[in-house]
Amino acid sequence: MFGEKAVELVKEVNRNKDSLSPYNTDLIEQVNKEICGLIEQNMEDANASIAGSSNTAAYIPTVNVRHLSVQRNLRCLLSYHHNRVRCLRNMRWEFGSLLPPEIKSNLSSSEAAWFSSYSTSLAKYMRSIGDDGGVNLGADMKPPKSLYIEVRCLLDYGKHQLGDGTVILLKKNTRYYLPRTDCEELIRLEIFEHLIN
Amino acid sequence: MSLVLSYSPNYFSIDDILASQERTPCKFLTNVPKLGKLNPASEDDDLAAGTSLELPIWLVQPLSSGRHAIIAADLPRIYTEPYREILKADPVAVDLHKFNLYFYEFGLYAKSFDIRGDVATTLIYTFITRFRKIMDLADNMGLDPLINDGLDMLERGLFFEGHKARTKLNNWLIQTGMQLEAANMVTNHKKRKRVNLEDII
Repeated sequence: MFGEKAVELVKEVNRNKDSLSPYNTDLIEQVNKEICGLIEQNMEDANASIAGSSNTAAYIPTVNVRHLSVQRNLRCLLSYHHNRVRCLRNMRWEFGSLLPPEIKSNLSSSEAAWFSSYSTSLAKYMRSIGDDGGVNLGADMKPPKSLYIEVRCLLDYGKHQLGDGTVILLKKNTRYYLPRTDCEELIRLEIFEHLIN
Repeated sequence: MSLVLSYSPNYFSIDDILASQERTPCKFLTNVPKLGKLNPASEDDDLAAGTSLELPIWLVQPLSSGRHAIIAADLPRIYTEPYREILKADPVAVDLHKFNLYFYEFGLYAKSFDIRGDVATTLIYTFITRFRKIMDLADNMGLDPLINDGLDMLERGLFFEGHKARTKLNNWLIQTGMQLEAANMVTNHKKRKRVNLEDII
């Protein structure tokens, strides 16, 4: 049956909705081959019809079926790439501009290029808003209630520079009382835990 | 966001692609030369008129419509009269997940093969009757993995969204402080990494 391999790709994206599986070069190559093969066969039959050697209308259903299969394959391929890029875009907002190496190794080279260009445009846009140096759209995902918050460090992170220039050493299971703006990113990356009360 | 994406005008929709991959019985009306391999039971080069096959609905639908139809499509088994009777009796008791993963979305395609419109009526009736149960589940249950067993993918999406919204509302009603949390993807990524490490050891 045509289009089986292409659906395999879509299933793969469907299985890992929140993460990226390794870019499946192998399967994509196979789907490409199938598409090329179908188009070539169609050309052949179409040319045979034009030459008028056989009953001209006989091949119409065949060509039709093949053409539909080509369209289907294309749709699956495009959907695979589109949904991967969507996931990648979400990752920019969740992980920040630096992706963990495990994820990076799963990207194709054009996906990696897309990610860095998306990051650049986003940074440029954020700098351009307002008068004084722009707005960080990644900050304050929830409305702030106080300037300082209490946090607990979840791992031995090492040195970290705060917004005012002081450097502190983050150790596992230590508590800090810090400006909210300094903590937010680290909380999102699960280095800090926000303590309430 | 993911719910909106599932509807058929969306070219990239994963759900739509998977739903249209489901097979339906059909019969060829004309000879199709050179495509004998579509029929795994025969070894001929050509596909003869009158052959009955089960083909994915993405292929059947365009081929069976229009003036030059080369396929006559049948209703998929789960939308035939006996199954419709079961659904009419009590939609809530049915395990839709076993019927088909994409019961409603597949039904949207299948309904075009049913001229009398019974399939469409059944789909709507089933959804309306079951929706109350889903809402009830989403509002009142903890996240029990067994709950979503009998739901099809659309219902499952609704259930999870509803449950999430209810949890958020409850948290907001109870808590005064707004806790900052790690991003979802980050948490999942870390969990996965931990499993990988254990594999290596």
